[in-house]
Amino acid sequence: MNTIRYIIQKEFKQIFRNKAMLPIIFVMPLIQLVILSNAATFEVKNIKFSYIDNDRTAFSRELIEKFKVSSYFDVINEFPSMKAANSAMLEGKVAVILEIPSHFERNLLRDKRTGLSVTIDAIDGAAAGVENVYINQIVLQFNQKARVKLMPFDNQGALPQNIDTIPAFWYNETLNYKTFMVPGILVMLVTMITLFLSGMNIVREKEIGTLEQINVTPIKKYQFIIGKLFPFLILGIVLLTVGLLIAKLLFNIPMVGSIGLLYAYTVVYILVILGIGLFISNFTDTQQQAMFIAWFFMVIFILMSGLFTPIESMPYWAQVVTEFNPIKYFVQVMRMVMLKGAGISDIYPQFFKTLAYALAMNGLAVLGYKKVT
Amino acid sequence: MSISLDNISKSYGKIKALNAISFEVADGELFGLIGPDGAGKTTLFRILTTLLLPDQGQATVAGYDVIKDYKNIRNQVGYMPGKFSLYQDLTVAENLNFFATIFGTTIAENYDLIKEIYIQIEPFKERRAGKLSGGMKQKLALCCALIHKPQVLFLDEPTTGVDPVSRKEFWDMLKRLQQKGITILVSTPYMDEASLCDRIALITNGKILEVDTPKAIMAAYPTKIYKVSASQTYQLIQDLKTYPETHSVYPFGQYMHFTSNKTNFKPQDLIRYLEEKKHTDIEVIETVASIEDTFMELSK
Repeated sequence: MNTIRYIIQKEFKQIFRNKAMLPIIFVMPLIQLVILSNAATFEVKNIKFSYIDNDRTAFSRELIEKFKVSSYFDVINEFPSMKAANSAMLEGKVAVILEIPSHFERNLLRDKRTGLSVTIDAIDGAAAGVENVYINQIVLQFNQKARVKLMPFDNQGALPQNIDTIPAFWYNETLNYKTFMVPGILVMLVTMITLFLSGMNIVREKEIGTLEQINVTPIKKYQFIIGKLFPFLILGIVLLTVGLLIAKLLFNIPMVGSIGLLYAYTVVYILVILGIGLFISNFTDTQQQAMFIAWFFMVIFILMSGLFTPIESMPYWAQVVTEFNPIKYFVQVMRMVMLKGAGISDIYPQFFKTLAYALAMNGLAVLGYKKVT
Repeated sequence: MSISLDNISKSYGKIKALNAISFEVADGELFGLIGPDGAGKTTLFRILTTLLLPDQGQATVAGYDVIKDYKNIRNQVGYMPGKFSLYQDLTVAENLNFFATIFGTTIAENYDLIKEIYIQIEPFKERRAGKLSGGMKQKLALCCALIHKPQVLFLDEPTTGVDPVSRKEFWDMLKRLQQKGITILVSTPYMDEASLCDRIALITNGKILEVDTPKAIMAAYPTKIYKVSASQTYQLIQDLKTYPETHSVYPFGQYMHFTSNKTNFKPQDLIRYLEEKKHTDIEVIETVASIEDTFMELSK
């Protein structure tokens, strides 16, 4: 017990003496949290909008005015012809072209129907879909007054005309993407720091030769490993705490559920990550190798975690793979507990899967760590 | 016997690092392992300190088998690897405390053993190990290897890269440790340090050439040996090599060490030969064989 305590003490001393590492451990993740939470948005805003008005009547101007006042659209330009507009889209200067045909007002008044041509740059398919919805909404509002029938460019816009849907958005009433993103990004940061540090820690002792000196001592494997990993558990918890404070104070993220439950789960979760880190340490000889392997797992874990893209829309095989992704469970638990106020029984599946994962990873890591070669 | 090796072999892939090594080290002996870089010294140390498993053969340290009783050995031996391997970001005192703790002891308990060495680095005990000079680092490493009062001390090239004064000091320290009853196995590539050991083993290419006291090894040199010098050193080597009666010749300090393949060799013959080759200031003097001469002869 004394031995473990002394190793922990030694690890902390080394962490706090490494002047270059301290900011890397504490400042960088928090900067990332602040920047990413503000930047990684799924909202489609500032859409570069342009139009060709062949009609030039009160009606057409009124329609364009509706786009101008919308906060989603930036009206970039008016083009004299479709040709000029198309070349601007090719250069990426505009994302949406609305063409108002000549006799727009006349046809509307006389025939009670007319057409509009909308061209959307759909390289980013998801954004194009959202843009189409926004345009439809604006035209629909205009239509209610003027009863214009929108004819989208691809002629497939089937619009419900007389049904009003009023959605209620639960757990995130204002559809604030930060509420959705901040807990997820916090998970990512806690994971990254604990994985990289633990992965490189034992390799570092290998690299500088101190492991050789340790291995000839009668120290027990479990003492060494607990002593090595415990400080990173503490670091992870501290990082989570600071992150939660920022989430609350800076982003005002609701914290509905039990914070104690969140911490309890985080401890188990960090054990998984430390186990993976230790496992990487065992099979590498340099910090560089360890770093690259840690990155390999990190990128897969993050992109397949449901943090940025929903797991439900992944192909079946990928969904199976995500079962082995600890970040997925942590993201789910964070969002469930913080935003929905889930209790312990709600997160049983995640909790026990994570616990099993922690036992398996650490078991493998301890077995893989050999004092003799 | 403090250390005994019987037919120990170890290969790394196709390279045979150790080839059927056998020797014994008595209790309280200061035993030197002398050989050039790559001879297999470190591999041998790693096997004896239970860091590496031999491919075949048996070895015991302090009466314990290196494979079966490795746990006991770890309590009984001190190991100082060739490369400085203490925590550079911990202070002198912290390093010493750390190793005392993981051996389940305290500095106070075995202070008398390290006292003599420790007082030399004590003024710097708050300094980080990475900031110490080479000689200081080595003293700290020795303290850390001794802190648990080991029966057997393994020192892998402790004086490599250390200045001559510190080297001498270090060997004096080893002598005093030996008087306290600690068996010491030390390796070195420096032949001049060999004569400071009780017994030595000459090792090269994973094979033991000879095990004996330094005196006996020097006395056993088979032929007479001459030191030769002349004004043109480089030309001298070339000419000695082409001399028909030459058995061996290699530079040794400012002289060439020369042995003849003839039992009735006369120095005058050599002087005459060299004079014919237009050498001046020729000297040919009989000398005593050193460990290095023996080593060169045996490894031929």
